Amino acid sequence: MKKNKTEEGGTDRRKFLKLGLMTSLTAIAGASIVTNLAAQEEEKEPSGEVIRLLTPEGKIVEVNASNINKYPEALITPAESRIGIPDRKFVMVIDLAKCKNARKCVEECQKAHKLDDHQEFIKIQLIQNHEEGEPYWFPKPCFHCDEPPCVIVCPTGATFKRDDGIVLVDNTRCIGCKFCVTSCPYSARQFNWGHKEKFDDKSQPYSPETGVPAAEGTVMKCDFCPDLLRQGELPHCAKACPMGVIYFGDKNEDIVTNGEETVRFSQLINDRGGYRHLEHLGTKPNVYYLPAVNRQFPLERGFNIDEEIVERYKDVPYVQELKKQGKI
Amino acid sequence: MNIDTRKRELVKELSPMLEKSSLLSKIWIISLISIILVGLYAFILQLSNGHEVTGMRDNVVWGIYIVNFIFFVCLSYSGAFIAGVLHFFETPLKNSIARIVEITTVLSLIIGPVFILLCIGRLDRLYYLFLYPRIQSPISWDIIAILTDLIGCFVYLYLTFIPDLAILRDASKENAEVPKWRKKMYKFLAIGYQDTPTQHERLHKIIRIMSVMIIAMAIVAYSVLAWIFSLTVQPGWNSSIFAPYFIISGLYSGIAVIIIAMYIIRKFYKLEKYITKIHFFAGGVILLIFSLLYGYFTFSEYFSRWFSHKKHDVDLLNTLFSRYFWQFIFANYFGILMPIAILFFKKLRTVKLVTIAAIISVLGIWLNKYLIVVPTLETPYLPIQDTRAEFVHYSATWVEYSLSLTGIAAFCLFFTLILKFVPAIPMSGIIDLEKRKQLKRKKDNQLATEL
Repeated sequence: MKKNKTEEGGTDRRKFLKLGLMTSLTAIAGASIVTNLAAQEEEKEPSGEVIRLLTPEGKIVEVNASNINKYPEALITPAESRIGIPDRKFVMVIDLAKCKNARKCVEECQKAHKLDDHQEFIKIQLIQNHEEGEPYWFPKPCFHCDEPPCVIVCPTGATFKRDDGIVLVDNTRCIGCKFCVTSCPYSARQFNWGHKEKFDDKSQPYSPETGVPAAEGTVMKCDFCPDLLRQGELPHCAKACPMGVIYFGDKNEDIVTNGEETVRFSQLINDRGGYRHLEHLGTKPNVYYLPAVNRQFPLERGFNIDEEIVERYKDVPYVQELKKQGKI
Repeated sequence: MNIDTRKRELVKELSPMLEKSSLLSKIWIISLISIILVGLYAFILQLSNGHEVTGMRDNVVWGIYIVNFIFFVCLSYSGAFIAGVLHFFETPLKNSIARIVEITTVLSLIIGPVFILLCIGRLDRLYYLFLYPRIQSPISWDIIAILTDLIGCFVYLYLTFIPDLAILRDASKENAEVPKWRKKMYKFLAIGYQDTPTQHERLHKIIRIMSVMIIAMAIVAYSVLAWIFSLTVQPGWNSSIFAPYFIISGLYSGIAVIIIAMYIIRKFYKLEKYITKIHFFAGGVILLIFSLLYGYFTFSEYFSRWFSHKKHDVDLLNTLFSRYFWQFIFANYFGILMPIAILFFKKLRTVKLVTIAAIISVLGIWLNKYLIVVPTLETPYLPIQDTRAEFVHYSATWVEYSLSLTGIAAFCLFFTLILKFVPAIPMSGIIDLEKRKQLKRKKDNQLATEL
C-alpha cells in the first residue's frame, strides 16, 4: 500500500481543496476514523512550490508541493491489494428508516466504477418482513462477509478476503467459472457477459481496489471503495446519499460516520436494534441494518423515479397493489 | 470346439460391421458432422462475442451447459459403475453388452467436461486452475475426480479391448482386404497378447481389480459433482441427500441410455443373436428398480421441502409450480411414473416398450436436472428486483441448444467410428461364455455317467 506513485508537477486549487476536505472530515470525526494516510510521505527534493494546508488542529501550515501524495493516481497492484489496510476492520451500517430510494448511491457508484446504467454494485430492494408489515427500501451492497461463501468456492483464489475485512475480486486472476455468483446467497455479484469498449481503456491501470477497467468474462462486485478508504474518504455510496442512510467506519475504532454525524458503532447497533440480513446463514456479514422504524419518508416517495426503474419492482405484490390503486 | 476356429468364425461374422459403409450409415455420419459443424460455428460465435450470445445472465449464470455437464458426467460414472458390476460379478449378460457400456462411459466422460468449459468465461486462463490451485474449492475436487476417473476408465476400457484386438490381429494377418494401417494398429494395440492360459488369467485378474476400483471412483466422483451444488447455501441445492440422489439418478439415466444404444446397435447391425430379448428384459427390470429408487429420492427431496415449508423453500416450490409447472409434471411425474407403469408388468417388458421407457426416463432425467439448476438460480434468497427485465428469467438461445446437440452428435459419431474399428460385441466375451457353457455341459455329462 505504500506504493505511492508521486509525480513532480504543478498543483492546483482542486487538489488543495481535496486535501482540505479530507482533513476537515477527519476533524469532524473527532477521532481519526480513517488515519490520514498522507502522513506517510516520502522525502522529496523540494520543488520550490509551497502550498498552504489546514491541519486537523485548525492551524495553517506550509508544505512543499512535492511532498503531497497524489492518491488517486497511486496504483495498488493486484498483489498489494490482497493485504488490506493495516489495523482496520471496515463495517457499514445502513439506516433503513431514512432510505427513500433516492438512488444517489446507485448512480454515484456506477459513475465511480464506470458501470453501465443497468449494472448495480448496490441495489435497492423493496423488502417486506411479513404480511402485516409495510415494505421498506433496502439498499444492498456486497456484505463483505467474514465467512464468505464466494471466497471458499473460488478455484483460483481470484476472490479473496483481506485482513481489513474487505472481500475483493482480482479480475486478472478470475477464470469466469461463476461458482462464486451461484454460491453468494445475497446475489451481490455481477458478470461481464460481453466485451465493451470501456474495457480497452487502459488510461487508468487496473487495480482490484477500483475494479476499473473491468474485463470480459470475469466477475465483479461492490468493493467498499478501498481506494477512497486509503485517502481517508468514505465510499461513494455513503458520500452520495442525501439522507445520510449509509454509515461507514472501522470496527476496531468502534466508530462509524455518514459524513454528517459520527457515532460509536456499538452504541448505534445496540440502541437502535441493529441486525444483519439473513443472519441464520452463518456468513457473518459486515453490513448491519437499523430497522425501518419511525420512518422519515412514506414508501411511495421512492417511486418518484424513472419509469424504467419503477418497472424493476413490478413483481412485488405491494407494487402491483399500488398500481391498481393508481398511486404510482 | 476348437477355440481358434471359433474365433475366426466370429471375426467373419462380425467383421462386415467393420467394413460395411452402407448408404444409411453414410447419411448418418454426414448429418452428425453437419450438426457438429453448426455447433462449431456457435462455439466460435461464443468465443468471439463472449457469453452474451447465451441466455445466461447475472441471476441465472449457469444454464443448459451445466445441465448437459451433469447429464454426461453422470452417464459416464454410471457406465463405469455398470461395467464394473458386470465384470466383477461375472454376469453372463456382460459378454455381449459390456463393450457398449464401456464405450458409453469413455465417450460421455470426454464430452461431459467440454460442457463445463463452455460455462467458463475466460478459457484463455484455464491453466490458472493449475497455476493458482485452491484445494478448498469443490471445483478443484471435481477436476481431480474427473481426471482420475478419465484415466481409470481409459485404462479399464483398453484392458477389456486387448483380447479382441489380439483376435482381430490374428484374423487380419492373412486377410488381404484389411488395410495395412489397421493391421499395424491392431498389432501395436494388442501388445503381444497371445491368449495363453497365464496371460488370460492375469488379464482377467487385472480387469477384476480395475472394475472394483472403477466402482469406488465412480461413487466418489458422483458425490463430488453433487457437492458442487449441495455445499452452497442455496435453497434448492443445500440438501444432504444430493450425493446419493445423483448416484441413483445417474445410474437410472445410464441404464436407460445403454438400453437405447443397445436397441439402435441391435437394429442397425442386426445383432439379434447376441443382444437378445433377455438383455432387454433384464435391462427393463434393472431400469424398473432404479426408477423406483429415483422416484423415492425425488419424492423425499421435494416432500421434505414442502412439508417443512421454510420460506425460501416455499418460494422455490412456487417457482417450480408456476413457471415450470409442465416441466415439473413431465420430469418428476410422467418421467418416473410412466417407465414404472410400463416396466412393472412382465408382459410389457418387450424390446420396443423397454426402449420407449428408457427414452422417457432419459428425457425426464435431463429435465429434472434443469429443474434443479435453473429455478433455484431464479429464486435467490433476496428476491430479484432492481435489475433489468431480461436478467430475471432464463431461456436458452440457439447457440446453447446447438452446442448441446453437438454434444449428442459427437457422442453418436464417436460411437459409430469406434464400432468401425472394433465390433460392438466383445468376441472374447462370447468365447469365454461358450467355453464356460461347454465346461458345464462336460461336468453335467460326467455327473450323468457317474450316476
